[in-house]
Amino acid sequence: MDLSAISPALLIASLMVAATPLLLAAIGELVVEKAGVLNLGVEGMMIVGAICGFAVTVETGSPFMGVLAAMVGGALLSTLFAFLTQFALANQVASGLALTLFGLGLSALMGQNYIGIKPPSMPRLDIPGLSDMPFFGPIFFAHDPLLYLGILLTAAAWALLKYTRVGLILRAVGENHDAAHALGYHVIRVRILAIMFGGACAGLGGAYISLIRVPQWTEGMTAGIGWIALALVVFASWKPWRVLLGAYLFGGINVLQLNLQAAGIAIPVEYLAMSPYLITILVLVILSADKSGAPASLGRSFHASN
Amino acid sequence: MITLEKRPQPSQFWSLFTPVLAVIITMIVGGLLFGALGKNPFEAIRTIFYDPLFGDFASYSRPQLLVKGGPLILIAIGLSLGFRAGIWNIGAEGQYIVGAICGAGAGLAFYPIESIFIFPIMVICGAIGGMLWALIPALLKVKFGTNEILVSLMLVYVAEQLLASMALGLLKNPEGFGFPGSRNLNDYPSASSWINEGFGLHWGIAAAFIAVIFAHVLLSRHIMGFNIKLTGEAPKAARFGGVNPTRLVIFCMCASGALAGLAGLFEVSGPSGQISIDFNVGYGFTAIIVAFLGRLHPIGILLAGLLMALTYIGGELAQLTLGLPSAAIQVFQGMLLFFLLALDLLTNFRIKFAVKGAA
Amino acid sequence: MKFTKLLASAAVALGLASAAAADTTKVGFIYVGPVGDGGWTYEHDQGRLAVEEAFGDKVETFYQENVPEGADAERAITQMALQGADLIFTTSFGYMDPTINVAKKFPNVKFEHATGYKTADNVSVYSARFYEGRAVQGHIAGKMTKTNTVGYIASFPIPEVIRGINSAYIHAKRVNPDVEFKIIWVYTWFDPAKEADAAKALIEQGADVVLQHTDSTAPQAAAQEAGNVITFGQASDMGEYGPMPRVSSIIDNWAPYYVARTQAVMDGTWSTVNTWDGIDTGMVEIGEISDVVPADVKAEALAMVKALGDGSYHAFTGPINKQDGSAWLAEGETADDGTLAGMSFYVEGIVGDIPN
Repeated sequence: MDLSAISPALLIASLMVAATPLLLAAIGELVVEKAGVLNLGVEGMMIVGAICGFAVTVETGSPFMGVLAAMVGGALLSTLFAFLTQFALANQVASGLALTLFGLGLSALMGQNYIGIKPPSMPRLDIPGLSDMPFFGPIFFAHDPLLYLGILLTAAAWALLKYTRVGLILRAVGENHDAAHALGYHVIRVRILAIMFGGACAGLGGAYISLIRVPQWTEGMTAGIGWIALALVVFASWKPWRVLLGAYLFGGINVLQLNLQAAGIAIPVEYLAMSPYLITILVLVILSADKSGAPASLGRSFHASN
Repeated sequence: MITLEKRPQPSQFWSLFTPVLAVIITMIVGGLLFGALGKNPFEAIRTIFYDPLFGDFASYSRPQLLVKGGPLILIAIGLSLGFRAGIWNIGAEGQYIVGAICGAGAGLAFYPIESIFIFPIMVICGAIGGMLWALIPALLKVKFGTNEILVSLMLVYVAEQLLASMALGLLKNPEGFGFPGSRNLNDYPSASSWINEGFGLHWGIAAAFIAVIFAHVLLSRHIMGFNIKLTGEAPKAARFGGVNPTRLVIFCMCASGALAGLAGLFEVSGPSGQISIDFNVGYGFTAIIVAFLGRLHPIGILLAGLLMALTYIGGELAQLTLGLPSAAIQVFQGMLLFFLLALDLLTNFRIKFAVKGAA
Repeated sequence: MKFTKLLASAAVALGLASAAAADTTKVGFIYVGPVGDGGWTYEHDQGRLAVEEAFGDKVETFYQENVPEGADAERAITQMALQGADLIFTTSFGYMDPTINVAKKFPNVKFEHATGYKTADNVSVYSARFYEGRAVQGHIAGKMTKTNTVGYIASFPIPEVIRGINSAYIHAKRVNPDVEFKIIWVYTWFDPAKEADAAKALIEQGADVVLQHTDSTAPQAAAQEAGNVITFGQASDMGEYGPMPRVSSIIDNWAPYYVARTQAVMDGTWSTVNTWDGIDTGMVEIGEISDVVPADVKAEALAMVKALGDGSYHAFTGPINKQDGSAWLAEGETADDGTLAGMSFYVEGIVGDIPN
């Protein structure tokens, strides 16, 4: 047993990397849920984003184009969900599950020719001087651009929801779509845009896995991260900064348990792996005392019956 | 300009015809997909929809439809009760796992004693296991107002970890050379749920049919069924009418949890045979889709479960005989679900093509 | 298990049908993952393609991928038998009971189950002595580590994985007494993100050699990013990561076995065997050792490969003690297959406990 082998700075840095796909997908889903829509298809959108980003990066040689393609891919897939739930008024839970099934299959079909290929790598944002600082260097100044984008996105989502008119409308739609409609807001339009934003974010999260965290393409490589992102939104009680905190916590528990094992500390892996979900349930219970958490119209279909 | 007008009553005609239409559209679009993958589309569609029922080896694959559809129907019936009342248990996968662990654990505790009482005890333990797992979100909902969608979903992941722990630890086969997984219950006659393996008949399938009948009677004749429907359609009226929402939540969650737990128990003691790390293959989630495809109606669920099973069995056959990748089958199933869900619109709404000048 | 009239009559009908078309031999494969996993299933599929290449029109192969272990596996295998397969390879441990069950119903079809231990009149089992490859890796790792820390990404605590750890450790220790193994159990065969995290954790804690018993190339990519870390390909060559970090690999080469067994069915000489082959028959192949490895180390490694191949050296040759210090193998004694097959203990010197 040798705890000193674990370097806190490196631990935090790799925890940030592990948390980023979660964070990206969860911020997207948060906006979707704030608009009153529950999209359980995050896993499907992520994996489609992962292959779109990977394929385009390989074909064009540009990770930037790949990231863009991942967002487009995720958003396009989400429009299927938007169509089903907003126009055809299908049940959101069933549509989301169908979307995941479809996305997993579609990505595997698209990726058949991309197995075993190494993508061009994404440059890191090394800032001379700063990146070499002890402790703070590796934590704050030696990451890939998408990691910073994730944090920026969190800030943007927070500011948008809290201070802007767009955010107000979004929340109004999510809290009470009938009232929002009566006030003259286009409930359906707002929700579709939110769903597409969520799809783009999930796609981005997927691309982070296939281009940076793992760099490779394999079928089913998101391995349930989309589902964890769903849990994370609830854990964070629909607050962007708490999503960031939660992503580090969820990602962190996994990284930490691997590090503890490497340091020779015997831990019951299964029980540790359960803990984020149990904590989430606990948080849910605590939060339910304070009714401000969940958007009131979450998961309900809206049809303007004039 | 297209507008939707809500029908005062769901259309009888469309509710029967939309599934057929959805299947036809899926065949066309799916055929195009298979064609694009370089396979003969007609042959592929025939392999998926026709061969399992009437092909050369239908005597084998027809009973397999029951084996695959049984757990889906059993779980979906339970879920549909809650869904009708607006109670969203989406953690059936977790309840299925816990039911299987409890039931198999009870059976293995008796190994190698042979007795006719062992299987009934396992059934009871399986049902209770699933029920208790579902009771957690139910109690949290009635005590604290916690969202049951999210709690039941979280508990799926907890159950998966529990399963891994059991397969590697407590329930590991002591004669298994250290490999993960429990003893095979099919080698333990007192604990096997098969009635006749060749006909694909095990107690889980019998239970599924019984559940369909029970649910039908409950919904059409029993006061609880009336309360469920009333709460779903008009929650306020239900409350004024004296429906106790707490009791309703507990009842619906427990019923769906118990049925999911039973499905898990019957699967582990029959077709699957053993608790292993990846014992669960997503029946609990697929059943949610089945419940909706069946319009939350017992007979509808029965048919939807069998249709879903058909696409699985047919899809496997298409892989085998035509070399279609399994991913193509997944996409095909996804499309079928999309069309079924989308066309449901026609049941509840009238589509009007109107020239709206002043929209 | 019950025989049923239905199934029996179907099988009879099939027997007649296949007699008519007896000139082609039908070979089926059941895969646990997608053929595109780049590791375990990929290599089995390479074996299938080799069978096609070897026999051309005389064989017809088919496969089903992503078959979950359990109830679905039994159906998949049965369907394959019904479709007229003469020989069926089931390529994952979890298919053991389903394979045995189906085999009882189709006495005329031959079955081959990978990595299991249950045989029958028409069921053979086959596996590879991957631990021989681990010995070579351990030797290279022990010679090349500068930090004296070797990281090991282990999947599940089963005998095969434990054997690999022991074999690698024994041979690393032999050439480098100061070497230390850090072992992480990830509880998955295939989860790229988790494997990447595990590799990073090991590297951050000072490992400059990372061995993996999981199937994705994610640890290779993590090592490449870290720069001065070496790795070995697992299941397939993973040559795209050579010459650095990937310095060599263990390749599961099922092709010769699959071709031989298909030939046996064609000749009518097929009989039940319990095959556990290693470097000698080529089932375990050591991938090209890259030039990053110093020439003398490479020569020693190749000599070891040769010795393991011609049987003059056994990877578990005493003196070896168990972890608790009790004697296991005396000087010059070699391990018997029974003990190896059920290995559930670490050898002396490895720190930590096997989970559960």
